[in-house]
Amino acid sequence: MQNPYLPIPVRIDKATIETEDRNLKTFKFVYVNPEDEAKFQYKAGQFGELSVTGKGEIPIGIASSPTEKGYVMFTVNKVGLVSTALHNMKEGDIMGIRGPLGNWYPWERMEGKNIVIIGGGFAFTTLRSSIVMLLDPENRKKFGDIHVVYGARSPGMLLYRDELAEWEARDDINMHITVDGTDDPDWKYNVGFVPSITEEKAPKGDDDTFAIVCGPPIMIKFTQPVLDKLGYKHDHIIMSLENRMKCGIGMCGRCNIGKEFVCKDGPVFTLEELNSIPKEY
Amino acid sequence: MRVIKIDKKDWESGVGKLSGDYSLYGPVKQGAFHNFAPLEKGQMPDLDYVNTRMSPKSVVYPQCETMFEYTLDENQPDHHVNKEIPKDYSPRAILGIRPCDVKAIDLVNINFDNPEYQDPWWVQRRAALTTVALACNNPCSTCFCTSAGTGPFDDSSADVLLADMGDYYLAKVMTEKGEALVGKAGFDQDGSAEAGAIDDAAKAAEAKITSKIETDKLGDKVTTELYDADFWEDVAFACINCGTCTYLCPTCWCFDIQDEVQGTDGCRMRNWDTCMSALFTKHGTGHNPRPNKTARVRQRFMHKLKYYVDKYENGIACVGCGRCVQQCPVNIDIRRVCDLMNRFEPGKECA
Repeated sequence: MQNPYLPIPVRIDKATIETEDRNLKTFKFVYVNPEDEAKFQYKAGQFGELSVTGKGEIPIGIASSPTEKGYVMFTVNKVGLVSTALHNMKEGDIMGIRGPLGNWYPWERMEGKNIVIIGGGFAFTTLRSSIVMLLDPENRKKFGDIHVVYGARSPGMLLYRDELAEWEARDDINMHITVDGTDDPDWKYNVGFVPSITEEKAPKGDDDTFAIVCGPPIMIKFTQPVLDKLGYKHDHIIMSLENRMKCGIGMCGRCNIGKEFVCKDGPVFTLEELNSIPKEY
Repeated sequence: MRVIKIDKKDWESGVGKLSGDYSLYGPVKQGAFHNFAPLEKGQMPDLDYVNTRMSPKSVVYPQCETMFEYTLDENQPDHHVNKEIPKDYSPRAILGIRPCDVKAIDLVNINFDNPEYQDPWWVQRRAALTTVALACNNPCSTCFCTSAGTGPFDDSSADVLLADMGDYYLAKVMTEKGEALVGKAGFDQDGSAEAGAIDDAAKAAEAKITSKIETDKLGDKVTTELYDADFWEDVAFACINCGTCTYLCPTCWCFDIQDEVQGTDGCRMRNWDTCMSALFTKHGTGHNPRPNKTARVRQRFMHKLKYYVDKYENGIACVGCGRCVQQCPVNIDIRRVCDLMNRFEPGKECA
């Protein structure tokens, strides 16, 4: 009998510090048993449970794209027992992952449509996965215009800075990078909070345009009225939630908001769906 | 289904014959209360009990269990890799479980055995389980099973349902598992001529249950309106978030997962958890979507009486066993809360 709680063993292939506060690290995992890769076929927006023996498990969004083969990547904020232990691990160490878990951004529904990706802070991980997936030549032709609004407190707090620069240089994606503030005189991108940059740069909402929003609660709170103003319908606003989880498969009972389990029925919901359930997230 | 008759003088020897084929569990008196416990060879279940303090869910879903084991010793092969461990899935039978408690196992099954994921430990233990239910001739004052989707003689979930007729039991053998058990016990006296007596006893028992809840309007309520109802502060006022209601409830299934290490030997455990605990939902950042006891009390009742109802369209997640009513230290009564919820209309004050 397939045991959905049993992690797949992986080896830390590379650990990279992402941000100037050193609190965010990206881990690239390779499968100890190469045949396990076939079991971990995911879509952009899903998450996995990272398992550190002796410490526990944490649910983290998958930062790599399904188009990147041979490894899987997660960016982890150092915040508690497991994430701190993970930050202290070294390349070559063995740990585990479970998944892929949860649903994904509704790519099937968004095919042929324009996409506006709005992200803030360290919630950019599954959005990176999405962008890399979308920019794959096979996938890029399936979608319309792509806009990305991504903000962080300061330039040094932006994730994946090399890739952001690469995407900036491309003509098949419109990047709107912003920071809350900076004293860097050479900063050539936007300064301002994500909601106001969204208002300035994002296209108007219509039936053929979807917004994917992922960020801290304060960003979401102030971005929503902007999207309303731009004319986005609530079933065209896609959000990804997080709640405390253990099992990740809808059984342990703690991540529910109303009748929905964030781990299994989510983490991706439309704003329209969220409007009908309590705000317990 | 067939009805057999078991003379009480034959009961003990029949149960004795089962002990080679099944691990037996039954109600036994522990201090002032009854609980379900493994029966030693020759030990009889105490079928004179009314209700147990804890529900029998631990027979299929232990309060603590080891999920995996591993070694942190880097000299060992497969170090830091979780390993499955052998578990006992040999046949087991609960003798004298109440019909409501058997029904509860079916309710919880929806959570642990679904099209997407199967909890291997729950599924295999449940598959190994045979239930010999004991119908209630004398329900408690806190029982409200008849309005919670089951009843004192409910035979819909049990493998065998025993009705105590004084000097003998009439047993409805409901399933193949039930047939196998009564066959091994050597119970084969035809009781079909007296089957009507079970229905009479059932009617008499149901008539004794005067405590009722109304659940007919729960499904039609708007979740967010019920969530924002003004009565939650009042309902939760006395609650001390002790979690007693969740641990003794036969339909509460939430669990926690924890790693434990001694030296270089480690294991991953799962333990029953409770939505009454603040830690249950606290994020790593410190943010807590259910930040106070009112939110947590509301979660418990909304889950049982609204979220479950809407999600599975399988009735409420309560079988009316009355344990939480009896044992809540501050007398919070799910029957009252259910009525408040069922009667709720937005904009109208509720008392």
